[in-house]
Amino acid sequence: MMEQQDKHRGSGMGAKSKIYASFDEAVRDIPDGATLGFGGFAVVGMPINLYQAVAKQGAKRLTCVSNSTRGGATLPADAPDMGQIIKNGQVNKVICAFTAPTRASQRLVLTEYVEKGLIEAELTPQGTLAERMRAAGAGIPAFYTPAAVGTELAEGRETRMFNGREYLLEYALPLDYAFIRAYQADEAGNLRFRRSQRNFNPIMAMAARVTVVEVEEDILPVGAIDPDDVHTAGVFVHRLVKIPPPPEGWWPQRPGSIAQ
Amino acid sequence: MSERAKGLNRQQMCDRLAMEFEDGWIVNLGIGIPTLCSNFDFGDKQIIFHSENGVIGYGPLAPPGKEDLHLVNAGGQHVTLRPGAAIVHHADSFAMIRGGRIDVTVLGAYEVAENGDFANWRMAGQPGGGIGGAMDLAACAKHVFIAMEHQTRDGKPRLVERCALPPTARGVVNLVVTNLGLFEITKQGTTLREIAPGVTVDEVTATTGCNLIIPREVPTVRRTGG
Repeated sequence: MMEQQDKHRGSGMGAKSKIYASFDEAVRDIPDGATLGFGGFAVVGMPINLYQAVAKQGAKRLTCVSNSTRGGATLPADAPDMGQIIKNGQVNKVICAFTAPTRASQRLVLTEYVEKGLIEAELTPQGTLAERMRAAGAGIPAFYTPAAVGTELAEGRETRMFNGREYLLEYALPLDYAFIRAYQADEAGNLRFRRSQRNFNPIMAMAARVTVVEVEEDILPVGAIDPDDVHTAGVFVHRLVKIPPPPEGWWPQRPGSIAQ
Repeated sequence: MSERAKGLNRQQMCDRLAMEFEDGWIVNLGIGIPTLCSNFDFGDKQIIFHSENGVIGYGPLAPPGKEDLHLVNAGGQHVTLRPGAAIVHHADSFAMIRGGRIDVTVLGAYEVAENGDFANWRMAGQPGGGIGGAMDLAACAKHVFIAMEHQTRDGKPRLVERCALPPTARGVVNLVVTNLGLFEITKQGTTLREIAPGVTVDEVTATTGCNLIIPREVPTVRRTGG
């Protein structure tokens, strides 16, 4: 279903270049029915520009995996999050640790679609979500976890006793594409994240057949990142796009600068 | 409707739980009321705050205008880093949780039952829910403390015999603080350990939905240095 070889090449970096000139080019080949992971946690490390590109690209019947479906306080008011892809009618299913608002005052775009039966929402404990993708990236088809044992989420599912304790069987969650945001990248696709930007991003890169990265700093020549400082090896990374400065590119905003 | 008629305010509630943290403990604070535990003055105790998004050893909130936009805690608050802090990715962060490295998690709750079950991820009638890391934390932290108001906004008890809402984990809660007092949950049941100033035992039992074990002496909720 998916093209393993990248056909769209970046700006003059040679045949094997991972650098793409635009977000649109980097997401052009997403087929209908693909499973997409979107990294980030509370806007930090969230691929805001790639959300927009996926919304423009228009692939349908998608399964979207992310911690939650909404941005957060530092997301500029008109910036895209998963809500935009949902509103476009592109999504069949979401797999998230939050599928309802955490405050009564919040509204999620997702809620209306779930209530109408248009989208299936699979709620997964956050650590289980991370481990399912880690397992997929590590060649582990399934694992047992103590999280969610004895809860509604475990009803009708396989559990097993180990050393006198009950554990729940969870399956690996492979991704067709991972969309993530990194602080630095070199041309080989080696990535560094800054502070809490790491979150789900390295794990989604491992779980995906194609990892697309929006990069904050200028993409560095090979060798510019010390091998000891690489957080995600370029083996897991296929496409890099430098984020343009605002307003062309999306960047989180300082809390005080957002109109309430 | 008065927001909260009696007893401890939220900071005092969290101060009381934070007093239980021991030197060297690794502590995970849930979103909402529990975050106030980090305001407590721990004196000489070394407390390491762990956040689900992989921030180990975070410090106070950044002053307005000084936020690092790459750094938030699990509640999305812009925190600072203490010397010795470390950053890991989400799978490693939850490996710490499931691997038993977290000494205590303090979580909010809608309901806590006398058998140690608690519910905090889905309200009645709501499709979906907000689990976040609560199920992993509740199942695996060495201690589970709950900070919550004693009653719902409609005056219903939150300390109950059995949870009516879907539970987050079964039989895990050790200690509960509410505006009315401090409650310990053991196999024997729920014991009123300390009572908020100006509150009577009758007021506590009348607003509690489960049997309470009342020791002969119930001291006032302990305050810092007292």
